Amino acid sequence: MHTFLTLLGRELRSYFYSPIAYVVIFFFLLASGFNFNTGIRFLNRTDAEVTVVEAAFNTVLFWFPFILIFPLITMRTYCDEFRMGTFETLTTAPVQDSHVVLAKFAGAFLFYCALWIPSFSYFAAFQWISGKQAALAAGAYGGSYLLLALLGMFYCSIGCLASALTTEQINAAVMTFVAIFAAFLGGLSPFIFNITSPASRDLISYVSAIDHMADFSRGLIDSRPVVWYLSMTSLILFINLQVFQHRKWKA
Amino acid sequence: MIQVENLTKRYAGFTAIDNLNFEVERGEIVGFLGPNGAGKSTTMKILTSYLPATSGTARIAGHDVFTHSLEARRHIGYLPENTPLYHDMRVAEYLRYRANLKGVTGMQVRKRVADVLELCSLHQVERKLIGALSKGYRQRVGLADALVADPDLLILDEPTIGLDPNQIRQVRDLIKNLAHRRTVLISTHILPEVEMTCSRVIVIHKGQIRASDSSENLLRNRRTSAMLRLEARTGSDEARPLLAQLPGVREVAEEKDGDFSIFQLRLDPGSDPSDEILRMAVERRWNVRELMRRRPTLEDVFVELTHTDS
Repeated sequence: MHTFLTLLGRELRSYFYSPIAYVVIFFFLLASGFNFNTGIRFLNRTDAEVTVVEAAFNTVLFWFPFILIFPLITMRTYCDEFRMGTFETLTTAPVQDSHVVLAKFAGAFLFYCALWIPSFSYFAAFQWISGKQAALAAGAYGGSYLLLALLGMFYCSIGCLASALTTEQINAAVMTFVAIFAAFLGGLSPFIFNITSPASRDLISYVSAIDHMADFSRGLIDSRPVVWYLSMTSLILFINLQVFQHRKWKA
Repeated sequence: MIQVENLTKRYAGFTAIDNLNFEVERGEIVGFLGPNGAGKSTTMKILTSYLPATSGTARIAGHDVFTHSLEARRHIGYLPENTPLYHDMRVAEYLRYRANLKGVTGMQVRKRVADVLELCSLHQVERKLIGALSKGYRQRVGLADALVADPDLLILDEPTIGLDPNQIRQVRDLIKNLAHRRTVLISTHILPEVEMTCSRVIVIHKGQIRASDSSENLLRNRRTSAMLRLEARTGSDEARPLLAQLPGVREVAEEKDGDFSIFQLRLDPGSDPSDEILRMAVERRWNVRELMRRRPTLEDVFVELTHTDS
């Protein structure tokens, strides 16, 4: 535990020491603020049966930057170590490989969570200014942020795996982007490919992030997506551990 | 402390180390000598559990480096080649991080970090960013990192490469002081260092051990020849063949230096034709400026053991 916390502390410090973190935070907040603004304007103009929370989390302007930040957050996790050679000093210290993999993942995930903290202020500001509720039930807030956390875990784990597979940051970034985009696009495939069979649609909506968000932001917290994201994250982390350890088997 | 049995490491089509067998006892300082590509770094990487061996076993303090890697690593302080460090951390911060990582806890961390800062003379730069340090200081930070958890065994891969002579001397003295209760394995090709610090030398070439002995024994037992240097004004060209004919002389090389000639004679081991040379010089009225006998050095042993098929 002690080594895990030491590693985690180092990961977080290295995130917040690097200028790229602040560039990512700045642009992300710009995009999410703009998204929120657009959502409110949309609701002002038209009659829609969606709450503010739903309007904030179900638009293109939300999903697009959301997918883009993961490659940027996770591309440096292992690549920096490989390039600087500190991978050797890390793995020859008496630390378990699983601690390293978990700490790097946790560092990326906690950084991602930090990006979302200012968003509480959007809804708080809305309620303070308009006196109205941003959502019909407290479950909508809980649901939205829970899904953001789950998605964050899943996509961060993919990003960490991509980073462990290569020594160049840009390769890791591209791989992460493609993987996440493909997973994401899977959710849209009924529309793209005009799939009409109900069985296929059900299957796809089981794994579709867009459908999950539509439910969770209404306060409909279904355990199936929770299980899906937790188990997928565990699987990807397990693969990450194997990749990390593969040098041990290069006899 | 270290037991290596039949250690082999093969890459596709290339054998890096081939059936290595050696032992390092507690408290020894052992120098690992060899030309580039001989397998020194590979051996060290296997000992520190960074790479797996293709076959054979290596044990550190009784723990197998493959099956009980964590326990084995707890005994080791390792300084890899090129001293990799995190450039975005400060020196003291980095050492604290490494101490924590290696299992030092609580108040001990502060004490150990202060001790190694003292030992490696890093007080002036303790708050500097590692990225801003010169190579000499970075090497010392790497060494401090290897020491911070007070390991029983130090494995240092070319710790003085790229340092200037002052820094080399400092690191050398540091290593000598460290070795009191510790075992040290240093790989290097700076031979004077090995002669001065190591109690034993292991010479490795093309993945195989060519010699493993104290440096005195190596010098005494090798068939390496001594050299004789003669500077004389001979006034003719017949000096060289005459010298070559002397008993015990293997070959003679001649260089001109104005009027004088400089002869380098390679001798058979154990022979010393200085008397005959001086007698010859008197008979033929050579003007001898210098006659110097050079004992074989570790470099000669090294070259003899490793030059082979180049």
